[in-house]
Amino acid sequence: MSNAIIQAEHSPVTAEERKWAIAKRYWYLITLIVPAILVLSAVMAMESNSGQWLWLLTVVFFIVIPVVDFIFGADSFNPSEDEQEALKDDSYYKKILYVATAFQWIGLASMTCVVTQGDFSWFNILGAILSVGAMHAVGLTMSHELGHKMNDKAQVIAAQICSACSGYAHFNIEHNKGHHKDVATPEDPASSRMGESLYKFALRELPGAARRGWGLEASRLKRQKRSAFSIHNELLQSMAITVVAYGVMTYLLGWMALPFLLVTAVYGWFQLTMANYIEHYGLLRKTLESGRFERCQPHHSWNNNFKASNLLTLHLQRHSDHHAHPTRPYQLLRDYQDAPELPHGYPAMMGMALIPAAWRSIMDHRVVEWASGDMNKVNIDPSQREEIFRQFHNPDITPRNNKAKAA
Amino acid sequence: MEKYQCPDCGYVYDEQQGCEREGYPAGTTWEQIPEEFPCPDCFVREKPDFETLEGGK
Repeated sequence: MSNAIIQAEHSPVTAEERKWAIAKRYWYLITLIVPAILVLSAVMAMESNSGQWLWLLTVVFFIVIPVVDFIFGADSFNPSEDEQEALKDDSYYKKILYVATAFQWIGLASMTCVVTQGDFSWFNILGAILSVGAMHAVGLTMSHELGHKMNDKAQVIAAQICSACSGYAHFNIEHNKGHHKDVATPEDPASSRMGESLYKFALRELPGAARRGWGLEASRLKRQKRSAFSIHNELLQSMAITVVAYGVMTYLLGWMALPFLLVTAVYGWFQLTMANYIEHYGLLRKTLESGRFERCQPHHSWNNNFKASNLLTLHLQRHSDHHAHPTRPYQLLRDYQDAPELPHGYPAMMGMALIPAAWRSIMDHRVVEWASGDMNKVNIDPSQREEIFRQFHNPDITPRNNKAKAA
Repeated sequence: MEKYQCPDCGYVYDEQQGCEREGYPAGTTWEQIPEEFPCPDCFVREKPDFETLEGGK
């Protein structure tokens, strides 16, 4: 919707916005609703013996949320300094995530139970896999939020348990210490390059992130004079939770549980890859004279401010503020007026990323506008470099609107 | 013993406590901390960005 252009930071808050700000507190419970939908679909599939129910969360994620985004539009409310002070220490917001972490495991267990015990077609089992994957995407978003609170042991442990649900043990380490440091540079396996398809990116990101996560944890343990395989390895701790939990479910539900759990986990990782793909596509930090990259600025992340998908992703779509202040809790994140803007929320953009031609037709011109036509300012897939320069390089054009302002 | 603060997230490196979880034991002086040391909470600021809180050099 065109009202995605947000009010200036200090503009007065309208009565309607005030009402929304109050309601929002409860709308965050959507994080609990996602796994609850999965449990509901599992129960309904068993009760009615119709496997189409297993598709429910997939439909909610890829169709219902984008439609709701379209209807309800952008969220113009940004908390003021005073409101941020009050929201900052309100433990309600992190408690939702603790409960939701438990719900994630219940959702996974109930779906695994139904798929292994029921008699469903392959088509509907595919629906179950995609639905669990959508839940994992929300789970990893929660884990992301929790994992950034390095000064709060309880949240760090909750993040480990949450990442373990989809078996993505290295995520928190790799994300905090690796992605945030190298974001929007060619060195970051979790920042996508212009011309790089989602699938090519996945093959670079998934192994690249795993390697970087292991390397970072091994070097931390080395500084502590411990073995990389020590019991203090947080990556192995999270992996151990996955192995035990998946093992117990397989023991209780039969061997078919294991391939289901593994496939849904890998699909969950792919969902996270889709999020990473859209967050920094083509954006590049300048190289300073010192040879280092400039500090990450608000214009190095793609944002979206739609209400529904922002609730679903814990404001992850207010991505510029997140990168500016990675420890800032989700309820505080603000929309930056001049930051690059995506035309749709993450779920719809993820759907488009699955079709590379559709993605490029929507995003490439936005990257070109962002760089004012100077393709030297863009993070480009090396194999596409010549073609992209030939097609788009024109440093004299001026940006069409302020939401895609050049660096 | 001196203290140094991350200008982004407010993390304080206290030489007396060090930063055990990142492998810098209590008593590790700021001088002994490598230049590329990132803030162990937000990871987006490095040692040269830190501000001296009290008695630092």
